[in-house]
Parts: sequence; structure tokens; C-alpha cells
Amino acid sequence: MANETQTGGRSVDIGHAAKDALLAGLIALGLFGVFIGLQTVQDISNRLVLKVRPEALAVIVGIIVVGRFLLNVFVWGREPSHKAAVASPSGGLLGMFKRLCFLVGVVVTLVAVVDIGFRLAGGALPNMPISPPGTMGLGSIILIEAVAALFGVVLIAFGQNMTERAAALLGPAGIGFLAAFPIIAILGAGWGGSLKWIDNFGIQILIYVMLGWGLNIVVGLAGLLDLGYVAFYAVGAYSYALLAKEFGLSFWILLPLAGILSAFWGIILGFPVLRLRGDYLAIVTLAFGEIIRMVLVNWVDFSGGYAGISGIPRPTLFGIPFNATDEGFAARFGLEFSPIYRTIFLYYLILCLALLTAFVTVRMRRMPVGRAWEALREDEIACRSLGINTTNTKLTAFALGAMFGGFAGSFFSARQGFISPESFTFIESAQILAIVVLGGMGSLYGVVIAAVVLVGGFEIMRELDFLKQIFGNDFDPALYRGLIFGASMVVIMLWKPRGLISTRTPTAFLKERKTVSGDLVKEGHG
Amino acid sequence: MNRWEEKPLLKLEHLTMRFGGLVAVNDLSFSAGEGDITALIGPNGAGKTTVFNCITGFYKPTEGRIALRHGEAKVWDELDAATARPDRRMVRAGAGLYLLERMPDFEVSAHAKVARTFQNIRLFSGMTVLENLLVAQHNALMTASGFTVLGLLGLPAYRKAEKASIEKAKYWLDRIDLMDRADDPAGDLPYGAQRRLEIARAMCTEPVLLCLDEPAAGLNPRESADLNALLLGIREKDGTSILLIEHDMSVVMEISDHVVVLDYGTKISDGKPDFVRNDPKVIAAYLGVSDEEVEAVEAEVLS
Ligand SMILES: Nc1ncnc2c1ncn2[C@@H]1O[C@H](COP(=O)(O)OP(=O)(O)OP(=O)(O)O)[C@@H](O)[C@H]1O
Ligand SMILES: [Mg+2]
Repeated sequence: MANETQTGGRSVDIGHAAKDALLAGLIALGLFGVFIGLQTVQDISNRLVLKVRPEALAVIVGIIVVGRFLLNVFVWGREPSHKAAVASPSGGLLGMFKRLCFLVGVVVTLVAVVDIGFRLAGGALPNMPISPPGTMGLGSIILIEAVAALFGVVLIAFGQNMTERAAALLGPAGIGFLAAFPIIAILGAGWGGSLKWIDNFGIQILIYVMLGWGLNIVVGLAGLLDLGYVAFYAVGAYSYALLAKEFGLSFWILLPLAGILSAFWGIILGFPVLRLRGDYLAIVTLAFGEIIRMVLVNWVDFSGGYAGISGIPRPTLFGIPFNATDEGFAARFGLEFSPIYRTIFLYYLILCLALLTAFVTVRMRRMPVGRAWEALREDEIACRSLGINTTNTKLTAFALGAMFGGFAGSFFSARQGFISPESFTFIESAQILAIVVLGGMGSLYGVVIAAVVLVGGFEIMRELDFLKQIFGNDFDPALYRGLIFGASMVVIMLWKPRGLISTRTPTAFLKERKTVSGDLVKEGHG
Repeated sequence: MNRWEEKPLLKLEHLTMRFGGLVAVNDLSFSAGEGDITALIGPNGAGKTTVFNCITGFYKPTEGRIALRHGEAKVWDELDAATARPDRRMVRAGAGLYLLERMPDFEVSAHAKVARTFQNIRLFSGMTVLENLLVAQHNALMTASGFTVLGLLGLPAYRKAEKASIEKAKYWLDRIDLMDRADDPAGDLPYGAQRRLEIARAMCTEPVLLCLDEPAAGLNPRESADLNALLLGIREKDGTSILLIEHDMSVVMEISDHVVVLDYGTKISDGKPDFVRNDPKVIAAYLGVSDEEVEAVEAEVLS
């Protein structure tokens, strides 16, 4: 209470904020003056000449000055009240959502305002994602951008006033959005254009969401650090590919079978390994992941080695294939053949599988085993003093996580039609683990947000061609993906060391469900 | 005759625990009576916690036998026969013998029904008070949930068991006076409440013997008095015998029926509180003074 009145009465020092922003601009000018302001190009006689690019420099410096100013006024200037918000239970999903609204709102407003400024001055930010094509009149463009800026401001205001009750609707709203996503994509991008969005974004992200949720059982709930999760993904993928090709079994029989096989391997690995703790467990699971991959590489008769397996049968809609034949889906339903039907089918398939994972996780958390997983993460010794067989409890977590990895793997190979050991390298395990850790261990929403940011962000880097206009034509954003990926991870971990959503929701309550602050929740010790 | 000789619940015989060259417990034998509050005392580093760890299966003793009885006292006659067999326990209708030194830690709690608390509190700090008490009922709920399968299906039998487990948690919340904080994380409780919660959590496993490692450490005099009442209540109402390690002599002398004194891993005294308190060997060891000074400090101890 005292904290609030204090900050309420505290006025933000605008003068100081402006001075600080100008200083930042000066530093940016010095830093970027050479990097961005100057460019060397070859002229006709192949000599290098210097080209000056004041506009690009101005854009960057402008963004930094305005951004720093806004941050000074709205975020850092209110440090104490900001801290109070983190300490309160709203530090969870709600707090996350508020910050997200703030961030998106600031970016949209900023870009729109900067672009309006440029247009009024006679230039234009080339290819700005929110500026409409050049056939429009200046007036209407500025009008549209003004609306965008307003939208940004409204978003900020909306985020700040969001209540806990409204936040509870985010889950159903999110599922609704996911269910409608293919339709939105088709309406937005047309038949041809939507394929990329549904496949590269929708399906790709959902695979990682599902893998993240599966690994979340092991790492987030049971607190066991598993660096070889991709091994189970590989077991699922190869189980489907080999059994489908050898025995011609259908996807619907092999999906559960692949899950069971993966769970079985999880138990095989778990037995010797789960008595290890901490770093030792991490290293052994990492080694297990590599062993599985090396077997796949070297046992050529079995797995085809590096060449992998191709021509894997595609899943069917209860026997109806998605092809151009008379028996195919399009012909049966009197539609014109298009690859998009299969993509949409795969999208809904992975959506159902991912939701199944989430549903089982939510139910399991309220079962005695689920509570024991979390208790194990909190204090293993105490668990044993209460008569909990910790080996069995860890094994169930390991096996269940592995099973969902196997489901995802068999979906992956059915979707690709081709698999090779290249798809199951350590970096894949690391990425899934990064999604779980960044999302906030144990949080289902956190995993979704982290998967969208990491996987979607990775994909969207391909689309950012306008950066070429700023950084020059040689700049290929796709090449910087790894760098930006790593840097953003460092930033998130500095900003929120316990992940994006660090609070824990209790599994039972007497009077009211109060979320538990992340500071009290342990991360497990192995 | 004393109750611990007449109706022993737990018998330690020739227990020795070595850590490399260090003998932490040296040829220790004592028994704890059914319905007794038995105190294990001794100076720092005497080996008290090590004895607890041996009883509860966290350490495997180098030598010795630790046996616990369920049901009628006659079953002690079969102890040697049970030991001769390779089994960890011998159970027949109405009675059972458990050889604790053969059992891994979680079985000591799950089958032999020995619960414990820790010198450094070990709560599930990120879980709520209520959840802590539910985790303690894991084995009962596991059976009721048909090892999760029936529970996932949401069958009524499981839902009934779950309700019963919450009722039991409420009963203990009431006993330790924490009903209002049921939905708060355990890590947020004040120290004294955490100690009480740890005891309640152990009691939720329905033990026959409750082992408490310094339950009064860090409590103020009022909390200490509340703790005495709680422990006496556990013995009266729940019929659970208690074995406790304690440095606070007011707690020991007030509530215990039987005191065992350890020094450097060896038993130096064993008897009723009055006997132990007047034993010159205890006074000398406990205060770390030479025999000449014993007289001088005796008065202080007795006050
Ligand atoms: N795991 C272990 N490995 C090696 N030495 C140990 C171990 N556990 C205990 N010890 C040693 O055994 C001796 C007895 O320790 P213990 O913790 O049982 O004493 P204590 O009577 O509980 O003392 P305190 O009153 O301080 O709790 C000490 O010298 C201790 O260092
Ligand atoms: Mg001790």
C-alpha cells in the first residue's frame, strides 16, 4: 500500500528522460554513423566508392531516441510500481499479457509515427510492413497510419487495464484462434499464399509447442534436466517411417504404437539413469540422444544412414488419401485438387495432438503422480521420507514425456514424407529445452509464447526483406537468425530469469486459488 | 518395569555407523516404548541425526539391527526367526515385524509407517500448504486412483478418496492452526508455522512412529509451548509414538517419558527424565566440563 501511494505521487522527470534519450541518440550516432551511415559500393569501373545514407542513419537514431524516451517515461520511470506488480500474483499470465500489449503497442505506434514523419518530409520508409502500397494518395496513407498509431495506443491502454477475470478467457480464446487460424490465413493470404502460413508457421510452431509441452512434463514438472529429448522424437519418427513402409500399417495404428515405443525407450533409458542427479543426468541424457542418432547414421541396413528414409506414406483421413486421384479427398468431395487440403488436415491433426498433450498434463497435475512430480522437483529427500517411490515417479514422468515426443515424431515423419538423422541433432533438443525454459518451467502458456517467439521469430526472419532497404542489399536477415535467436534468449533470461511466466498455479485449494510466486518454486536438482 | 522394556515399539541393537574412519554411532542399543515420547539428546555432533537417518533408511548402518513392531507385542519372540530370513519384513494377521536396516528410505515410510521431519525444514516451498498435506497422502491416493488410470477417467471412487484426503488435510490444518493459510505457498509461512506444517505433513502418512529432528529449534517460548501441546496431543489422540531429538531441555524434561543420551556416538545414559537429569555423566558430557566442575553447574541445570 505504502508503495503505491508513493509511486502515485511521484512525477516522472520528463526533462531527465529527454536528456537521457538525447545522450543515447548521440551514442547511437557515433556507433552507427560508420556502420549504417556509410556504405561502400562498386561503381562502373569496379572501384569502391563511399555512399552516404543519411536516411537510414536517421531512422535508426530516431528509433533509439524515441524508444529510449518512451522507456524512460513509461517503464523505467515507474520502477517501484512496476516491481510491486511483479511481486503481486499478476506476475503470471496477466502480467505477461500486459507487457506484451505494451511492447506491441509501442512498436506499432513508433513505426507509424516515424513513417508519417518521413512521408510529410517527402521521403518514405521503404516497404514498411504496415504502410500500404504506393498507389495510394499521401493523405489516405497518413490517415491509415494514424489509425495504426491510435490502435497501438489503445492496445497499451487495454493491456494496462486488463483484469484477472478477462485473463482467464485467454486460454479458450487462444484455442479458438488456433482452430480458426487456417481460415484466417486463407482469407488473409488467398489459397496460394496461405499454404506458407499454415505450414511454415502453423504446423511448425504447433510441433514445437507439442514437443515443449511433452518436455515440460520432464523438465518443468518433475525437474529432471533432459538434454536428449530429441531421441524420443527420433524414435517416434523412425517407428512410423519403418513400420509404415515395411508393413503398410496405417497412420492411426502407428501413432499410438510409436508413442508406446518411445515411452518404452524412455523407461529403458530411465532405469539406469534416473539415480543420477543434476549435471550427471544432463550429460547422460545428452549422450543418449547422440547414441540414438549415431545408431541411425551408422546402421545403414536398418535406417538408411545419412540418406534417411523417403517415400513415407502420408496420413489419410480415415482411409481417404489426400492426392489427385479419383479416390482422393478432393475428388470424393467434389472439390478441385489442391495441396492445401492436406496441409489443413495436418494442421488440425497436430493441433489435436498438441491439445491432447496439454489436456493430459493438466489432468495429470491433479493426480497423485502429478503432485508427486512437482514435489520431487521441490525436494526429493522429503518425498522419500513420505513414502514416495521416487524412481517410479521419475520413470512415469520420463515415459510420459517420451510418449508425447514419439507422437510428435510420427506426425513429423508423416508430414515430411522424408526423414534423416539430420533432423534429430542435439541443437533440436536444445531448442525444445530453450522453449521450456524461456516459457517458464511448468507453464503451458509460457511454452506457447516461447514457441511462437522462437520458432515463429525464426521463420519470420525470412520475411523481413525491408531490412535490406535499411542495411543494404547484401544484408540477408536469414543469416542473422542464429545471432538474433541467441541474443534474444540472453535478453529474456536477463529480464525474466525464471522464464516468461514464472508463477505456478496450485492443483488444489480450499477457499481461493492463489498463484504461487516464481521465487518460491524450485527448479529441481536433476 | 518401564514401558520401553515392557512394550517396545522400536528396538535398536548394536547399531554402528562409520563414515570412513569416523565412527558417528558406536554400538548403540536402546528401545522406544509404544505410546512413549522418547527423547534422544546429546551435544552437537554426537550422532543423533545419524541415528535418525539409519532408522528411516536414509543411511544403511555399518552394523546392527533396527526392528519395528506393528500390532501385538508377542511378535517380538519371532524377531530372530525373521532376521534369519532374507526378507525385509514379516507380516502376519494382527502383527508385523519390520527390519528397518534392510529397507530403502521410502519403504520405511510406506510400509513400516515411520515418518520423520528434518533438522533443516524440508517443505515443498513452491506448493501450497494444502498441497503439501496432499502429497503426504500419495500412497493412499495412488491406490485409490488405480495408479492414475481410474483417476484420469474421473471415476467416483477416486473422487471420494480425493475428498477424504482433503478432509484429512483440513483436520490437520485445524490441529496446527493454519486453516487460514491453506492456500498460501508453504515457503511464505513464518518459521514456527513451517515447523508445525512439517509435523502435520508427516502425520498425514498415518505413522506408528514419528521421528522429529529438533522440532523446537528456533521457536520462541510461546511457540515452544504450543509445540509441546501438539506433540502430547499426537500421542493421546492419534496413538502415534514419538522419537525426538531436542536441545531445548524444557521441552525434553516436560514432555518426554524416556531419555537416551549420546556422546561421541556412544550411549552414556538411558532412563526416565529425572534419572538422566541427575546423572553426573550426562551433566559432564552435556556441558563439556570436567568432573570437578559438575557440582558447580548442576544447580544451574536443575533450575
Ligand atoms: N554423510 C556423512 N558423511 C560423513 N560424515 C558424516 C555424515 N553425516 C554425519 N557425519 C558426521 O557424523 C557425526 C555426527 O553427526 P550428526 O549430524 O549425526 O550429529 P548430531 O548429533 O545430529 O549433531 P547436531 O546436534 O549438530 O545436529 C559428525 O561428526 C558428522 O560430521
Ligand atoms: Mg543433527
